[in-house]
Amino acid sequence: MPPVWKAEATVALSLIHAPARATRGEVFEIRASIAHAMESGQRSDSQGRRMARDIIRRVECRYAGELVFAADLFPAIAANPYLAFHTVAVVSGAISVRWSGDNGFEHGASVDIEVA
Amino acid sequence: MTARRQVLAAGLNSVLAATGVVSIGPAQATSDVLRAAVAAFARGAPVRDGRVLLDIAPLVENGNVVPVSVSVTSPMTAAEHVRRIALFTSRNPQPEVVVLYLGPRAGRAVVATRLRLATSQQVWAVAELSDGSFWQQGAEVIVTLAACVEG
Repeated sequence: MPPVWKAEATVALSLIHAPARATRGEVFEIRASIAHAMESGQRSDSQGRRMARDIIRRVECRYAGELVFAADLFPAIAANPYLAFHTVAVVSGAISVRWSGDNGFEHGASVDIEVA
Repeated sequence: MTARRQVLAAGLNSVLAATGVVSIGPAQATSDVLRAAVAAFARGAPVRDGRVLLDIAPLVENGNVVPVSVSVTSPMTAAEHVRRIALFTSRNPQPEVVVLYLGPRAGRAVVATRLRLATSQQVWAVAELSDGSFWQQGAEVIVTLAACVEG
């Protein structure tokens, strides 16, 4: 039997784009995105019932454990949120991005950067 | 081709005129909501024009996904940097879009995201600097396919 796909069983999938290597003091870009419907709470279903809000409300980026960027998201952020920002290369370590929001949503991912 | 552009431009101008900032009534009420949201972000401090560059297309086909980028003129040092950048809209159901927290570790005050626009309206970017000053830039955006209702 082939597996049956259910929409509600979708696994959160996030991406972090950052350079694998950088020189100390260099400013580099981090691009983070995640698969999430960002249900605004403004739409109605086929029965005319208002669909409850279900959004990501907070994004935090830590670089070698230190908070370097954060964002508060509102329903006006498009589905599959995307954020691009910058940071200064200081030390080799992990760049981790944590997404959290409505209905106990929590998702984290990280990439490593080597700083010479 | 030129004629088609002229027609498009004429259409654009009429839409601009129809949704112009001089309009009163419901538009005035929504801009009050926008003003209140910006004032809350700035904690009542004066917000000046300048230092913020808001990059957004003046005409978007799909209001569900509107790319936007904001850059702020700042050396981004420990002594002088951008603390927060917020985006607001004048006619979405809620004026707030996003609040971004930066700091000296950012190195460069350049951020980008994608937002939803329920209708043609103004988008504003407001930045808070480390000296406590607030700066803004706004843009008028025309949306041909709105977000929220159709999803």
